[in-house]
Formats: sequence, C-alpha cells, structure tokens
Amino acid sequence: MSSPAIHGAHHAPQGFIRRYVFSLDHKVIGIQYYFLALFSVLVGMSLSLLMRYHMIHPDAKVAWFASLWPTAAQGGIMTPELYLSLMTMHGTIMVFFVLTTAPQSGFGNFFLPIQIGAEDMAFPVLNMLSFWTTFLALAVMVAAFFVQGGPPLAGWTAYPPLSAVPQAGPGEGLGQTLWIVSIAIFCGASLMGAINFIATTIDLRCQGMSLMRMPLTCWTWFVTAILGLLGFAVLLAAGVLLILDRSAGTSFFLPAGLLVSDQILNHKGGSPLLWQHLFWFFGHPEVYIAILPGMGVTSQILATFSRKPVFGYRAMVFAILGIGFLGFMVWGHHMFMSGMSPYSAMAFSVLTMAIGVPSAIKTFNWIGTIWGGSIRLTTAMLFALGFVSLFVTGGLSGIFLGQPALDLYFHDTYFVVGHFHMIMGVAAIFGMFAGTFYWFPKMFGRMLNETLGKIHFYMTFVGVYAIFTPMHFLGIAGNPRRYSDFTNFDFLGKLLPVHFFMTQAAYFTAAAQILFFINLFWSMKKGKKATANPWEATTLEWTVPSPPPFDNFAGHHPVVKHGPYEYSVPGAPRDYIMQTDPVDMHAA
Amino acid sequence: MPGSVTSDVIKPPAPPRGGGFGGGGGSDGWGSSRRASMTGLFVLLAATTMAFAAFTSAYVVRRGVSNDWIAFPLPRILWVTSAILILSSVLLELARRSLKGGRRTEFNRYWTAGTALGILFLLGQGYAWRELASAGIFVATNPSSSFFYLLTAAHGLHILGGLTALVYVDVEALRLKLGPGKRTAVDVSAVFWHFVDGLWIYLMALFLIWG
Repeated sequence: MSSPAIHGAHHAPQGFIRRYVFSLDHKVIGIQYYFLALFSVLVGMSLSLLMRYHMIHPDAKVAWFASLWPTAAQGGIMTPELYLSLMTMHGTIMVFFVLTTAPQSGFGNFFLPIQIGAEDMAFPVLNMLSFWTTFLALAVMVAAFFVQGGPPLAGWTAYPPLSAVPQAGPGEGLGQTLWIVSIAIFCGASLMGAINFIATTIDLRCQGMSLMRMPLTCWTWFVTAILGLLGFAVLLAAGVLLILDRSAGTSFFLPAGLLVSDQILNHKGGSPLLWQHLFWFFGHPEVYIAILPGMGVTSQILATFSRKPVFGYRAMVFAILGIGFLGFMVWGHHMFMSGMSPYSAMAFSVLTMAIGVPSAIKTFNWIGTIWGGSIRLTTAMLFALGFVSLFVTGGLSGIFLGQPALDLYFHDTYFVVGHFHMIMGVAAIFGMFAGTFYWFPKMFGRMLNETLGKIHFYMTFVGVYAIFTPMHFLGIAGNPRRYSDFTNFDFLGKLLPVHFFMTQAAYFTAAAQILFFINLFWSMKKGKKATANPWEATTLEWTVPSPPPFDNFAGHHPVVKHGPYEYSVPGAPRDYIMQTDPVDMHAA
Repeated sequence: MPGSVTSDVIKPPAPPRGGGFGGGGGSDGWGSSRRASMTGLFVLLAATTMAFAAFTSAYVVRRGVSNDWIAFPLPRILWVTSAILILSSVLLELARRSLKGGRRTEFNRYWTAGTALGILFLLGQGYAWRELASAGIFVATNPSSSFFYLLTAAHGLHILGGLTALVYVDVEALRLKLGPGKRTAVDVSAVFWHFVDGLWIYLMALFLIWG
C-alpha cells in the first residue's frame, strides 16, 4: 500500500441483522445478489429439465406432476398450457433474476467499489433497498406458481393480446398479473442499482484512477448500468400500459373484434405491435446487460492468466461503448415477422450487422491477448476461454438471423432457441462461472478446488454444446419452437431422436452442476485459505486481504499509478505491476 | 467521520491536498457526497425522461394507428395549475438565492411558499380529474382520455416524490436544522422540482398539439 493518507478504519456493525440481512456493505449485498441468482438458476434449470423431459415423453404419466399441478397436470400428464407456463417462467427467471442479477448486481456490487478504490457504493442505503426490492420481485414472481390457474403462458416477452386478456387461458389471470407486477418491481430495483453504479463510477474513483485506468470489468458494469437505466424505464412504462389494458379497460395494445372464449371483447383500436416495439426497445439492450459484464470478466481473466496486457485496451473500451450505443438501435430485428416495411427491416438489418464490428474487435483482441502469452490454465481461465468460444458460436448464428429473408424462415424455429441460448444464456453463464472461480478467493477467503472445477468445466462445456448445437439443425429442418409435443407431425417425428439426444445432454449438463455446488459450498468452509493475491493479478481488489476488511482498504486511500493490466513489463522485477505499485517499477 | 457508510450518502473526507476534483483526476476521490448526489439525481432524471419518452411514443403511435381518437377540451383549471407550478419553481429559486446570501428567514419563507404551491398544484390536478369524470370522461372512455389520465397520474407521482423532498427540507429549515451538509438536499430537491415543472409544460404542449 503506497497511500499516504490514512484515515480511521471502520468496523462492521455487530448485530446479525444489520451485518448480514439489511446490510449496507456493498460486499454483503453483492453476495446476497449472488445467492439470489443461484437460487433462481436452480429453479430455472429445473423448469428446463421438465420441459426437455416432456418433449421426449409427451404422454408420460408422472405421479408427482399431478400432486404439484392438480389441474394443469391432471392424472400426471402435462398439458400444453402447463408446458408454456414452464417455458414462460424459465425464460423470465433466467433473464431477469439470473442473467441480469448475478454478473451486474452480484459481482458488480462486490468488486466495482474495490476495483476503483472506493470504500463502498455511493448510496449504501439505496443499494440495500435495491437488493430487497429485487428479492420482493422474485417472491412475487415465484408466487405465480401457486395461484389459481398457475403461472402465465405468454412467454418472457409477454406479447399481447395473450398477455393482455385475463380470460385468454389458464395463468393469464392472476398469474400474468403477478408477472407484470414482479417485473415492474424489478424495474424499480434495477433503476436504484443503476443510479448507484453510475454515481459510484463517476464520482468515487480514488486518486489516479482515471477512466482509462479502470479495469475493463468496471467499464462493462458502468455501460451495463446505463443500458439498464434507459431500458428498464421503457419496460416499466410498457408494463403500466399493459396493466391498464388488463384491468382498467383501456385499449393500448388490444385491437377491435377479439374473440376470446366465444365472447367479443370490448377493446378496440389498440396495436399489439406497439408492445413489441416498447418491449424490444428494452429487450435488445437486455441482451447486452446480460453479456457485457461477462465480456469484462473474460478480458480481465485472459490478461491475468496469459500474463499479458489486454490487447488494445482502448479499442476494448470503445467496443464496449459501441455495443452499448448500437444496442438501442436494433430492436426491430426481433420483429422482422411483424409485417414491417422491408425498408425498415433493411435499416434494422444493417445496424444489426454493424454490431458485428465491435463484437469482432473484442473477439480478435481476446485472441490477441492470449497470443504468445504464458498461459496458466486455471479453471477461471478455462471458463473465460469457453466464454469466447460460446460468444463466437452464438454470435455467428446471429449474423444469419439478422438477415430479414433468413429470419422469416428461422424465426419460429429452434434455430433461434439455439442462437440465444448460446450467446445470451450459456456464454453469460460461463462468464459467471469464470467470475466465480476468479473472485471466490477474494469473496470468501478460500480457494475453490481446481481439480473439481476443471472436471466441472469440461463436462459443462461439452454438455452445453451437445444441447444447443443440434437446435440449429432442428431449426434448419423446420422444427417449430414453443411446441410441447412433436409426435403428431410426420415431418417432426423423424427429428425426435435429436430431441432425445438433447434431453440426455441436458440431464448430463445438469448433473455436472452438482459438482459445482459441492465445490462452492465445500470450499466456502473447507477450501484452502486464500492469500491476498493468489493469481498474481494487478487490480486493486488484490491489494487487500481476502476477504477484504469492512471498508475495503482499512482506512488507507489507495493511490493508483499504473494501468490495469501491466503484465510482463520488460525490466520490471516480477511479471506483474499492481496498480498501486510505485511508478519507478517500470525502470529498466 | 470520513467515509461513514452508516448514513445514506458517503460523507466526503477532508478536502485533499491541492483541492480540485476527485474522480481519478489526480486528487483524492474518496466519496464526494455532494457530487455523487447530483450525479445520482441526473441519472434518475434520465430514467424518468426515458419513461416519458416511451409514453410519448406510445401516445403518438396509438393516435395514428386507429381512427378512434376523439379529442376532448382540456379542463380549464389546468392553466391555473400550470401557472401555480411555474410560480412554485420561481419561489424555490428565490429561496436558493436567499440561502446563498445567508438570509435564512427569507429562505424559509420562500421555500415554504413554494412547497405550499406544490401541494396546491396537486389538489388542482385532482380537481381537473373530477371535472373530467363529471363530464363522463373516464380512463377507458377513449385512448385520448386513457393517455390523459395515465400521463397526469405518472406526473403526479413524480410531484408527490418531489413534494416529499420539499417538505423534508422545509421541516429541517423551520426546525433550524439546515446545516451546510443539507445544502445538497436543497439543491437536489430544487433541481428535481424544476425538472417535473418542465415535464409538466412538456405534457401540456403534448396535450395541446396532439390531444
């Protein structure tokens, strides 16, 4: 520690509730978010296994289905409606409570203040409120499982008219209402989080931590916060309109002459496409909210374990900004099927292709970073490499889908399911695994087991490719998505063996996650004690003990004198220069 | 106490040697509560702007997409409430100027008057709703009225939030507890209030031009 300024260290409040439940400490809040996401991912994964099971055994009678869902699975046979509600809840819980929560609110909360040399977020009370509001949103969402009619079936995109007409199906009553309320609460929580992330990044950086010395993780959290801020505000507005259509008799999204359950509805003049525009104006940036923090973690880890600076740091920063900016201009590519003018489709298509430029910059820079490095294949490194692999695979299929002519064919097929699971789902999850293995020592003061971690990595890596690669071929063969049962269609019958294979792969991948959970909870208690800087990394979180003291720097004010990734600097006494090391470390 | 995290906003440590800005610009950036509060405020305003931009785009699209839009005359009291709101902003600005000049009693008077006008504005908006309802114009009557109720309600919620802040500052001021540390609260609530004031003028223009 080279800081001249020493202020009094602060100590954590002593009571259990103030310390662990309603804590104001950004590190505790980050861990709370992490475990909230961990719970959610278990729920989401279980739902996907149920769906995969149903697709290959559509007629199976399962006794406990009947006890779980007495009406929707009478006699133990899952109805198509139940399948759709499982799908809706899988998507919703995964997108909002896992992909949006863990990488940004979880890791971001824990490490943004430490990495920029602050002792906490700018507004600790707001930070606590933000977590508990997210918790409330999750509780309301999960409650939808237990109400009459069950969870909604309109998908995580909640397209009207289905989502706007309470009598349109089971789950479209109270279940859908709870869904909208939960999402509205989540929007509020995200807004609070975004205010904290942005104000902290702009105003709480320590001496010497100029913007261009911030680790790329901080850049991605910052840009993600801006995306969340602008996106969730629009989703909230759209949700209010949807609620009014459902319960106040307005006609924002509902057209005239809708016949539901043999009754003509009173609504008239509304446009379901209006929802799609508002939703996707949020929905597309949401994809980047999920993936950007993973990109940041990947850059950080590739540099650390290649013992090389991030290739093209500046270009990486501008690529992050470029992706964030372009992300708001391409929402129409989710709506090529809506009958939009081919000219609009063309514009959206060109802008979508343009995102390929910053994405390619990032990918090539990642390759440039590891090129010629002295690579240390830790589990964190493996997951970061896995992230790059999945990002490329998922990104390439995006180029197909960005063409209106191809999308018209692919849109309602498994090709899209394969694409977005690869890039938004699994790549982002790999980012979280990478982050977990990299930062676990700092978060819990102990090391994860590397052998178990590597077995877990290889099983998961093979597993997810085995699940999602065949989906692309199914899509090309015309296999529609959202169907719960393929057995009644001749042309789909021949594809059933592929579905069988994918379901087995899903079981395999899910089983591999048991290793992760064992590793996580075992290492928390029994893992090898971690030193302050087990990876010989450069950024500020590695200058403090593991786990860090309550106020992060124990009263010291760090002073930053170096860029974030000064590895293998010629002439330096060791192969890394920490950001707080004295300036003359360069001297040859 | 420098950098306390037991309060809502991190307190700034003693000014760094050499002074100037923190934020990595070469001095000690350990938490400037005032700067962070202002940043947080502007971030909040950006989100509010986005939400109302979304409402506006829905408004314009919904108006154009069907031929069922029937305009209705705006309740005349809205002109009065608009004037009240603008006046309240002016009073808050005068209050801030008094505070800068160290004239605390004058500040209290202006701020209290501005807050009172804010409450009056909200009552006036309620009266406008009653007037519409008695004319048989409800939320679901026509998309034009749906949007009118929606936008006035959404704006009213922001007014309510702003009023909470104004009343807080007023109570602190009247109890003579408005120390220098609370100047940030004065500025933040005043800027927020000017924003909702401007937002209302924008909404009036929207109703008049596209209503």
